[in-house]
Amino acid sequence: MHVPSTVAARLPIASDMDLTWIRQYVRQVTAELGFGLVQQTKLVTAASELARNALVHGGGGEMEVTQVARGRVRGLRLVFSDSGPGIADTELALSDGYTSGGGLGLGLGGARRLVHEFTLDSRPGQGTTVTITAWASEPPAPRKAV
Amino acid sequence: MTRPLPAAAGTHVPVLTLDDVLLVTVQRNLDDRAAEWLRQDIARAVTESTATGVVIDVSGVEVVDSFLGRVLADIAPTVKLLAAQTVLAGIRPAVAVTLVELGLTLPGLRTALHIEQALRLVREPCGAHDDTNPRQGGV
Ligand SMILES: Nc1ncnc2c1ncn2[C@@H]1O[C@H](COP(=O)(O)OP(=O)(O)OP(=O)(O)O)[C@@H](O)[C@H]1O
Ligand SMILES: [Mg+2]
Repeated sequence: MHVPSTVAARLPIASDMDLTWIRQYVRQVTAELGFGLVQQTKLVTAASELARNALVHGGGGEMEVTQVARGRVRGLRLVFSDSGPGIADTELALSDGYTSGGGLGLGLGGARRLVHEFTLDSRPGQGTTVTITAWASEPPAPRKAV
Repeated sequence: MTRPLPAAAGTHVPVLTLDDVLLVTVQRNLDDRAAEWLRQDIARAVTESTATGVVIDVSGVEVVDSFLGRVLADIAPTVKLLAAQTVLAGIRPAVAVTLVELGLTLPGLRTALHIEQALRLVREPCGAHDDTNPRQGGV
C-alpha cells in the first residue's frame, strides 16, 4: 500500500471490509507520522469505534483524513460523517454503558478518551459528524544529512 | 501430542489440540464477521473434543475494539457452559493499555502473558486462584 507523505484521503464506510481497511490505513499512516505503538493503537481503536458507529447507527458514511502539524509535532485528524438519524442526546450517547442497540455503549465515550481532541456534532435528522485529532507524542527525529 | 483438528466445514479459526487443551490462534486482522465466527467455532471445537480447557492466543492481534472485545468476553462463559475453562494468552501491551482506556477490562476472563503460562493456568482446577491470582479477572 502506498500512502503519500501528506495525507488527504476520503475512505468510504459501507461494509465490514471498509472497517478493516480503515484500521489498516490509520495504522500505516500513524506509523509513518512517527506515532508510538501505544498512540497508534489508540487512534486505530478510536477510528474503528467511530467508523463502526457510522456504519451501524448512521447507515454508512465516510472518513476524511488530514495530516496536521503543530510546530514540529505532527498529528492526524479524522472526520467521520454520516447522514443517518443523528443523535438526540449527545451527552447521553457519550456516557459509558449507554447503547440504543445491543452494544456495550463504550464506543463513543471510549473513543473520546483515546484521542487528544474530540468533537461530536449531531442533531436528529441531520446526521452525525465526529472529529478526532491525535498527535505523535514526540516530534519525529530529524533526518541527519548524509 | 499436537494434531490439527480435521478442517470441519464452517470452521474459520485454526484450532490445535494439545492433549486436553484446545489452542486457538486469533489471526492478525480479524474482520467483524470472522470475529463472530470465533465464538461459534470455539464452541463447536469444544463439543467435538474431550478438551477441558481452551487457550486463546491473541499475541498476533494488534487492535481490540469494543466489538472484538465483546466477542472475547463472551467466549469464556460459553466455553464454561460446555464444561471447559478459557485463558486468553499474549495480549499486547499497547492493546492492554487501549482496552483499559476504552473501558473494556474483560472481567471474568483469565489471562496469561504467554501460551506456556496459559497452558499451566487452564489445567488448574476451576477457580483455584480466584482470589490470589493477580491475572484473574481481566487485563
Ligand atoms: N453515527 C451515529 N449515528 C446515530 N447514532 C449514533 C451514532 N454513533 C453513536 N450513536 C448512538 O450513540 C449510542 C452510543 O454509542 P456507542 O458507540 O458508545 O455504543 P454502541 O455503538 O451502542 O455500542 P459499542 O460499545 O459496541 O460501540 C449508540 O447506541 C447510538 O444510539
Ligand atoms: Mg459503537
